Amino acid sequence: MIRSTLHRLFGMAVVMAIVISLVFLIVHITPGDPAAVMLGPDATGADIAALRDQMGLNAPLWQQFFHYIIGVLHGDLGRSIFLNIPVTEALWQRAEPTFFLTLMALLVATLIALPVGILSAYYRGSWFDQIATSVAMLSASIPSFWLGLLFIQFFAVKLGWFDTSGYGGPTATFGERMNHLLLPALSLGAVCSALIMRFTRASMLDVLNDDYVRTARAKGMSEYRVVVKHAFKNALIPVVTVIGLTAALLISGAIVTETVFGIPGVGSLTVSAVLRRDYPVIQGTLLVISGLYVLMNFAVDMLYLWIDPRVRY
Amino acid sequence: MSISLVVNTSARQDSFFWQLMSRPTTAIAAVLLGLIVVSAALAPWLAPFNPGQLAIIHRLKAPDLLHIMGTDELGRDVFSRILFAGQTSLSVGISVVVFTSITGVLLGLLAGYFRALDAPLSRLIDAMMAFPDILLAIALVAALGPSSTNVVIALGIVYTPRMARVIRASTLVIRELPYIEAAKALAVPTPVILYRHILRNLTSPLLVQCTFIFANAILAEAGLSFLGVGVSPDIPTWGTMISQGRQYMDQASWIMLFPGLAIVITVLSLQLLGDGLRDLLDPRLAKGA
Repeated sequence: MIRSTLHRLFGMAVVMAIVISLVFLIVHITPGDPAAVMLGPDATGADIAALRDQMGLNAPLWQQFFHYIIGVLHGDLGRSIFLNIPVTEALWQRAEPTFFLTLMALLVATLIALPVGILSAYYRGSWFDQIATSVAMLSASIPSFWLGLLFIQFFAVKLGWFDTSGYGGPTATFGERMNHLLLPALSLGAVCSALIMRFTRASMLDVLNDDYVRTARAKGMSEYRVVVKHAFKNALIPVVTVIGLTAALLISGAIVTETVFGIPGVGSLTVSAVLRRDYPVIQGTLLVISGLYVLMNFAVDMLYLWIDPRVRY
Repeated sequence: MSISLVVNTSARQDSFFWQLMSRPTTAIAAVLLGLIVVSAALAPWLAPFNPGQLAIIHRLKAPDLLHIMGTDELGRDVFSRILFAGQTSLSVGISVVVFTSITGVLLGLLAGYFRALDAPLSRLIDAMMAFPDILLAIALVAALGPSSTNVVIALGIVYTPRMARVIRASTLVIRELPYIEAAKALAVPTPVILYRHILRNLTSPLLVQCTFIFANAILAEAGLSFLGVGVSPDIPTWGTMISQGRQYMDQASWIMLFPGLAIVITVLSLQLLGDGLRDLLDPRLAKGA
């Protein structure tokens, strides 16, 4: 157990080192002077020189890389050019809505996908199964931003059940803020539930034919216990992986969904940073989100070791 | 002898095509996709109006017999614009598929065949997979500058590791087969082994992965255009049409409704086609098998 944990920790560190290097390089693939691009066509030569100096662009590439790594290791992701605050502070200010949006969407996706996937596998080939798999296929083909717009139009404007956009004012209570996230979470979760549902179904189909399921039935156990306690528990392993991966997919989807619903989260921060060419913010977001993804993968791996003793080689 | 061989091959190809088409969903998906591709390609002849032609007097008109999908805020015909936008969206998708087929296959083959390269290349692939697709794509477009070519490069880079992973996994299996060992024993040069004996046997996973990447690239391109960080806003794509139409959602929902449907139908057809291909080419993976 300790050996495999250490092995995975090492793998994670290597991947993270490559991620940091790639993020560092992104600014340097810009055609022309990054400082000039960031400041736009109206900038004077002095402004550009000052920014180059501030960003350390005059030093040789290897020195810049070294400084960047040291900075990242100290939790310093640079300074936003436009907001004029440290990137970590900008990200922290916007973290709450993105965190809760992702969490709620994951909850929505799992709550839809697990029961539907289990029932689909149990009643394989029935009309329920056919409709469920078709809907899953359809929802994986819908652009999340378009679904979001349709949801706004139908649930918020026509029916008036939800707020159309935003995250409540500065005085909004926690409950009010979460209320604003319901519709975005629904639209994001619905799109992402397809993947989890298909995996749950396939995984359940695998185990439902296994000997121990037959044995459980032969012992006269109730169908509910057979399916939920015996089959589902064993089918859960691949499903856990997919739920972990979906979380990463959700962060990506959140970028677009936040823009559609006007939520001031990390996603809208990134989009405005891209439009303003605020490279330190873009780099910081990339680094933090991919870091979270790598951590998530690690957590899923660890969960694996815990759920399935066979993996502890 | 040679004649019978030719007949055999064509019969096999025929049967593959007909087997694929014998599944109703796959056949419908293929026909729909064909229709979409042809109508985009023939847009200049099929479109009833010039997609850029302004007619303020006809602005925000609901769908009728003249404008079957209505008009937008500047009086332009939505149907004609969807046809032309399809050219951009589909060609970006196809270019991304070509890009990843080259880079992903190369990376996957090298990682899968040469043991010494496997660990470093696999770590690189893992690291690239850690970036969420849209986020990496917008960061790359931001660095490279917005244009169709840069969107293709960005999405190509985003989907390369996904292709490489599949190709690597298949190469690892093929590498161990006896005929590769035989080829090595006969001193067949490595590039020939890679091309003739391995790459040609990777057609199935490659083809299946291509359809899924095509579908994802269309969704991602639409997302980028919607965010305003994709191809230039002056060029109509399905994503920019939705983005521009959202301001008029209350009065004229058709402006954003139809381009969205175009995306859904295209992506759905590609996914169904990919599923059909996968079930046929690799029966072990068939759903519910």
